Amino acid sequence: MAKITFVEHNGTEHVVEAKNGLTVMEAAVKNNVPGIDADCGGACACATCHVYVGEAWVGKLDKPSAMEESMLDFAENVEPNSRLSCQIKMSDALDGIVVILPESQH
Amino acid sequence: MSDQEAMDPQTRVVIIGAGHGGGSVAAFLRQYGFAGPITFIGEEPLPPYQRPPLSKAWLKGEANADSLALKPLEFYAENNIDLRLGVHAVAIDRACKTVAVSEGAPIAYDVLVLAMGARARRLTIPGADLKGVMELRTAADAEKLKTALGAGKTLAVVGGGYVGLEAAASAISLNAKAVIIEREHRVLARVACEQLSSFFQSYHAARGVTFELSAGVEAFVGDKGQVTGVKLADGRTIACDAALVGVGAIPNDEIAKAAGLECNNGVVVDLAARTSDPAIFAVGDLTQRPMPLYSRSVRLESVPNALEQAKAVACAVTGRPLAPPEVPWFWSDQFDLKLQIAGMPFDADEILVRGDPDTAKFAVFHLKQGCIQAVEAVNAAPEFMAGKQLVASQKPVARDKLVDMSISMKQVAV
Repeated sequence: MAKITFVEHNGTEHVVEAKNGLTVMEAAVKNNVPGIDADCGGACACATCHVYVGEAWVGKLDKPSAMEESMLDFAENVEPNSRLSCQIKMSDALDGIVVILPESQH
Repeated sequence: MSDQEAMDPQTRVVIIGAGHGGGSVAAFLRQYGFAGPITFIGEEPLPPYQRPPLSKAWLKGEANADSLALKPLEFYAENNIDLRLGVHAVAIDRACKTVAVSEGAPIAYDVLVLAMGARARRLTIPGADLKGVMELRTAADAEKLKTALGAGKTLAVVGGGYVGLEAAASAISLNAKAVIIEREHRVLARVACEQLSSFFQSYHAARGVTFELSAGVEAFVGDKGQVTGVKLADGRTIACDAALVGVGAIPNDEIAKAAGLECNNGVVVDLAARTSDPAIFAVGDLTQRPMPLYSRSVRLESVPNALEQAKAVACAVTGRPLAPPEVPWFWSDQFDLKLQIAGMPFDADEILVRGDPDTAKFAVFHLKQGCIQAVEAVNAAPEFMAGKQLVASQKPVARDKLVDMSISMKQVAV
């Protein structure tokens, strides 16, 4: 189990526990965290699970795949710490990760 | 209904149909702060789950019941959502605002949401009731199909649509054989252009799927009640261990019709997903909805469509402003191919292909008077994402740039 803190655009925090292997997107959806729509259910097909990864955690993640990079390229308000949360798999190394949600997913 | 009334904590929301659409209505209502009681009436024994993986990850054993579930079971109790599973909604009494159900007393509503989805169209030909003749809509269907597939088995797929192609690809990855039998002269005939059809057919053929095109199906033949083959109109019989019928879906709109709601190949709704009765909404595969982008109404069978409408219902009930209509989009995974489609090619007068289908990385753009109406992208995320934005903006696009792979889609889209 690892802890994830989701911070909504308005500052509201949601702290959830996620099993290792679950993606950050799945943890958000299963806990009904608002702001992660994940229309495609994790197929890396829609870019509606866009998050900003807390600076301290960016370096701990695997680099995005070419597919994820192309999807992010066209998402709104993309920053260097932008990721698709369906592509971040939880592990002990990510226990405590903080992700910030964009204002909208479209 | 005014917003004040809508946000009344005594407002009772009843949702018929515990699929992706219905489940999302409940989830968005709670996300948007709706505090009233929500009752779910679902025919299946399972709480809402995702159907798209059924023909893909589920068949291949890469998904389980937990990963399929839209929300964990605790979610419903924690959020005061009464799940009435295995229960059929029998009739809607609009005057009394109640839903009659197969078990127990009628359920009263202030807001009713219809999310009964669609069911697989069945073939009324001899042998259609043989064991091993299947359809794929539910988790139970998928489990039956998974059991029937295995190394060396042959799956006959009647209907070369997305479900059929996805199931065939999954069968091949399980070392089974697959033969697709299609009435039209090409696969995906009703849903994709010639270029895409021919690409998918070649890609499947190269991986062992065989095709019978322009082929009518006369009957399923069997032995001791178990299907053993599909008899074609030309007299040949295609031997199989199981047959999957994927020839489209029919909206489950019977109780809506019986209640006098306006229906036309689905329950007719407006952009807020409201039916002809202001207290009743409808979402998902069940609905005939306006598509202002194309100045017409359509019935779509897709998760993004169900989610968009689910949000619209939650906005209407909680008094939030409605988001502008989205560009409809679809996806399909087959082998290592990711197909993403944005828009619909209504009234298109020109087709432009970007990239080379032989590299399995290309996109087909459908234009109308120089504006993109739809894009079908294979392993081509930038083309899909930029194409979706161009469909929304209806900005004329430079044809020469669009087909030039040396110019990025970012540059094309500016």
